[in-house]
This record gives sequence, structure tokens and C-alpha cells, in this order.
Amino acid sequence: MKNNRRRLTAVAVAGIASLALGACSQGSATSKDDDSSDGQTTITYMEFSSNGGHEQDLAAIVDAFEADHPDVKVKVETTPYDSYFTKLQTALAGGTAGDTFELNYENFVTYAENGSLAELGSFDEAAYKPSLLDAFARDGSQYALPESFSDVVLFYNKELFDKAGVETPTSDWTWDEEAAAAKKLTDKGAGVWGDYQPVQFFEFYKALAQSGGSFFNEDQTEATFDSPEGVEAAQWLVGKPGKTMPTEADGAGTPDFDTNLFKDGKLAMWHSGIWMFAGLADAPFDWDIAVEPGNTQKASAMFANGVAVNAASDNKDAAEEWLSYLTSSKAMADTRLTTSWELPPVADESLLAPYLEQDKPANRAAVMESLESVALPPVIARQAEMQDAITKELGEAAAGRKSVEDALADAKKAVDALLG
Amino acid sequence: MQRSRWRTLGWALVFLGPSAVPLVLFTAVPMVSSAWVSLHEWNLISDMRWVGLDNYRSLLTDPATREVFWHTLLFVAGYLPLVYVGGLGLAVALNRRMPANAFFRAAYFLPVVTSWVVVALVWQWLLNPSDGLVNHLLGAVGLGQPGWWTDPTWALPSVILASAWKDLGFVMVILLAGLQSIPGDVLEAADVDGAGGWRRFWHVTLPLLSPSTFFVVVISLINGFQVFDQVFVMTGGGPAGSSQVVVGRIYDLTFRYGRAGEASALSWLLFAVILAITAVQIRGQKRWVHHA
Repeated sequence: MKNNRRRLTAVAVAGIASLALGACSQGSATSKDDDSSDGQTTITYMEFSSNGGHEQDLAAIVDAFEADHPDVKVKVETTPYDSYFTKLQTALAGGTAGDTFELNYENFVTYAENGSLAELGSFDEAAYKPSLLDAFARDGSQYALPESFSDVVLFYNKELFDKAGVETPTSDWTWDEEAAAAKKLTDKGAGVWGDYQPVQFFEFYKALAQSGGSFFNEDQTEATFDSPEGVEAAQWLVGKPGKTMPTEADGAGTPDFDTNLFKDGKLAMWHSGIWMFAGLADAPFDWDIAVEPGNTQKASAMFANGVAVNAASDNKDAAEEWLSYLTSSKAMADTRLTTSWELPPVADESLLAPYLEQDKPANRAAVMESLESVALPPVIARQAEMQDAITKELGEAAAGRKSVEDALADAKKAVDALLG
Repeated sequence: MQRSRWRTLGWALVFLGPSAVPLVLFTAVPMVSSAWVSLHEWNLISDMRWVGLDNYRSLLTDPATREVFWHTLLFVAGYLPLVYVGGLGLAVALNRRMPANAFFRAAYFLPVVTSWVVVALVWQWLLNPSDGLVNHLLGAVGLGQPGWWTDPTWALPSVILASAWKDLGFVMVILLAGLQSIPGDVLEAADVDGAGGWRRFWHVTLPLLSPSTFFVVVISLINGFQVFDQVFVMTGGGPAGSSQVVVGRIYDLTFRYGRAGEASALSWLLFAVILAITAVQIRGQKRWVHHA
């Protein structure tokens, strides 16, 4: 009897000990093989942006590079965006990260500040669009090369507009026109929704800019998005689900939900990125794009991806050679333009002509027009936490668990704490 | 004499090795190093900076900590009764001679040995708000159709339901073994004394099952406080953080936010909580656990 109890105690204690702390051990699966025995250098490249349809296109760029540089081999490791940064951080911590890796503009600062990026020196400055090159510089040094850029536009299903007798969007549209059209286009009985704009950080910072508000004060010591403009922006986003847009309870926010809804012809207007063009090429209905409607002013979201050399890489020269090729070669620009991938960061904009000449969508000029008034995402060192905090509070407001004002006040408190 | 003792020790080490070496490497070493990390500020990449007990202090004042502990507590409060009552019901139902007995026992145990990722995906589909089986059935009988894991109010209950379903078989097996070790003559004596089915179950079977119950409750509580996989796969802690639990927060802090020091400190807080609860249970068992 006594024995029995002691055994139970032992089991219980051993159980907690092994389970409680076992929870936080995790291994990294990336491997790194360097074989320079035969005079060849192998460069590993970790990335996310080819995932979901452009893997072959990246492989084509790699092949072209290797044909040009017989002594260098590039090994690509693709991870979906959702888990990419978790994997990258773990790999860097474990010393198993690739020689080169992709970063987006929002996360660049985090990695530049924690010292994982090597300073670059042998690239051709004149090849790049200056504003993009600047975006990946810090304290006068270049820590990454711009790789691609893209923007967000308003996709629309022409057939649904025609059927409802609503005029199709133009670049003059404001929120009012969008809201009125969305209302007319929504037919819940038929499962057709007028609009889709995710309720999250990226849409919020943009809607804020469209309303003329600012995210931070000038020296970035305090969040200012709880202003009347911020409330208006949040209200705009939060007011859609359930009325002209599906709610989370309908599945909104789950992976590919919006893409499939649009592809199924059950979504009239969709705020999404130009990287979606290729995937929509075989949609069985007529669709086009327009510059996103603004509020008091126009502002379009622009995303930029960059590529960096791992500060711990043993092959920094070969690595930078590969990145230069990946970001400025003609082979790269051609591949990107003909496959409707994200755009190349070239200085010479006339090179983009072949992109504009393609069909589907017909109004590709809107991609360039959107760049005329661009709102870049606010960036801080603790980026992931800031994005999560904003998205979480907007979600609370969307679910009706908090007023928009309270949600923004709480978000401001959370973000201010991250600035300190 | 002396020599043979050394030899015994040598053999003991040989036999202990296979379990002792992994235990030291993968449990003791990580435990000690996580305690060390918890006293530092560390983003996994730059050098560690000593901060003493600051991580613990900031965790205790962080509203997010309170929130994830609260969600974890709600999870345990929903999960434990469901899994225990469900497992007990199954154990009693299957503890008699009937055809295909072994088949049913195996079938109910199957989810226990199935990967959480698979189970979570199945439940995500069952509980799909727009075209899941559960909402179809609820709709057919004219009941409300909640948004389950996509609705902040229902996200945690969805996870609880899936968890209880998966672990039912484990509880069943333990309780089944307990039921079978209850001596038949005790139950017979109860019959002779005129106890009906319910009274016999309540006053004889349950008390004699208490050692198994104790084991199940202790293990389920420990597992419950460490809930992670199902949350990670089913809801990712959302929507709006409504199903985020302690271990999920530890994961976010370490691998998404680069705050490994605070994550380690939070692991130790969780450890302290589980240790305290288990200690209370072990003390309290004297009052209700009857060893035959």
C-alpha cells in the first residue's frame, strides 16, 4: 500500500519533469553540406516567395546562374511564408541557416539589428531602383539586395458586376463607391459576397494611410494609430464581415479561403496582391483589376522582398555573386515578367514593358499606377509582435468583443510597450 | 568482496545507460540550461545578456501571461471532466462479455496512438463552420450552428472536444484495467447485501477504482496544462488570441518573437504551477483514494 503510493508519486513527479520542459526543445531539420573538394562551391538559398506556383521559375533562374558560373552550385530550400520566419530564426540560432536567405522588408530590420546579415560590397548599385535599394540599407551600409516588389490592387469579377448591373471599379473610386457596390453585389442566398479585405495588420496600416492618419509619431517613439483616422480605418475593415464579406465563422481567414472564393466566382471584389495573377490565369470568368479605392487620399500597399548573405557563411563572395545574379540579371527579369511573378527591382522601368503588354488582367497599368502613392508598412525591431498585436485587437473588434476604440487603445498600449 | 561490488555497480551502469543517458541529455541538460537562459535576455542569435529575475517579473505583470494561463485553466476545466466521464462510461460499457469486445477496445484506443496533426485536421473538417459534418447535423435538427474554431467564443471548446475525443481511449484502458482488478467477491457481497446496480457502482466500484482514477486525473492534468499540438494545428491560438495557451505562448515567444529568456522563464512558471497542483493532489489523495 505504502509502496503503491510512493510509486504513484514517483510517476507523477517524473511525468511533470519530463513533460513540462520537454515542451521547449525542438530540433532544426536544415542541413548544410559544403564540398569544395572538386573546386565547386555550394551555396544554399532559403526562401519563401517561389512557394505556391513559382518554384519552376526560380529553378530556371538558378539554372541560368549555374550555366554562367560553373564553379558555383545553388541549393534552394523553399518554405511556405507562414512558417518561413520561424524556420529561419531557428536555423540561424542553430547555425544551420543557408549561406543566403530571403527577407521581406518588414522583417529586414529585425535581422539587420540582431547581426545575422553580412555587409554587402560588390553589387552594381546602378542596376536597382534607388528607393528599393535604400529600403534594405541601414546606417549607410547595404545588408540586403532588393529582390522583387509587388503591390496590392482591387481584383474584381466582371461577370458578377455585369449581372448585378453595377459599374466596374475605376482608379477614381473611394471607399464610398466600394461600399455601395459591395452592398449591391452581395447575395447571401446565392453565397455570393461583394467584398473581401482581410482584417489584419497590413490592411489596417494601409487603410490608415488612405484616411490620412499616421501609424507612429515622427521619431517613432509612440503609436498614433488610435487617432480618429485610425478609428475610421479600423471601422472600415471591421464593418465588412457579415455584411458584404464572409465572417471568420464562415471560414474567412483560413488558408486559401479568399482565393478559392474568388476562383469559384462567388466573390465580386477582392483586395489582394499582384502575385495572384498567375494563379488566376485559368479562372473560367472574366476578371480585371483596379487601383485600390482610397478614403481621403490614395495609398496602395507595396511589398518588397530582399535577399541577404548570412553573416556566418563561409562562402560570402560566391554568395553575393549569386544574390547579384538573382536580383539584377536579365534572365531573372525576363523570368519574372513573363511568368507574372513579383516584379524585378530594376532601375530601368522600360524593362517592365513586356509585363504590361500581357493580358489577364487587361488593366495591368493599374499595377504601376498604384506605385504612384505607396504606403510602406511601419517597421520596428519587434515586428512580429507588433503585427500580431494589431491583428489580435482588430479580431476582437470584428468579433464584437470590444469596441473599435477600445481595441485600438489596447493595441496602442501593446505597441508602445514594444517600442521601449 | 570489494571487487564484486564494483562489478555489480558496473553492470548496473550498463543496464541503466540506455535510459539514463537520454534522460540526462534530453531532460536534465535542457532543464538546467533553460533555467540559465531564463535569467537572460536572448533572441537566440545575439549574445545573451544577464537580467537576473527581470524575465519573471515582467511575465508576472504581462496581461498576456494571465490570459494564456486563464485559457489553459479553462481548457483543463472542460477537458478533464469530459475525458474522465467519457472514458469511465466506455470502460464500464466494455467491461463485460460481449461480441467484438476486443474490436471496440482497439477502435476506441486508436485515436490515442494517432498523430495529433491528423486528428486535428479531421476535427477541423468535422467542425468546419460552413460545410462540416457537425454543423450539418445541428442544422438538420434545427439547432444553432456555431462558428467553432473560427469563432473566438467557440475556439477553445472546439479544441477541448477534439482533445477529449482523442484521449478517451487512454482513460478507458487505464480504468478498464482498474475495473478488472476489482475482486468479484466484493461485488457479489454487495449484491447479497441488497445493493442495486447504481448503489453498487457508486459505493463499491467507484471507491475501488480510485487508484486508477487518481492516476488518470494526475496524468490528464499534467497533459492538460501542457496542451499545445492541437491548439497549434487547429486554431493557431486564434482567432484574436482566444485559444492561446501557455505552451503556445512559450512557442511564440521563442520561435516567433525571439524572446527565449522570457519563454524559458514561462516554462519554469508552468512547471511550478503543475508541480504545485500535483503536490496538492498527492496530499489530498489520502482522503479519497482507497488502496485495496
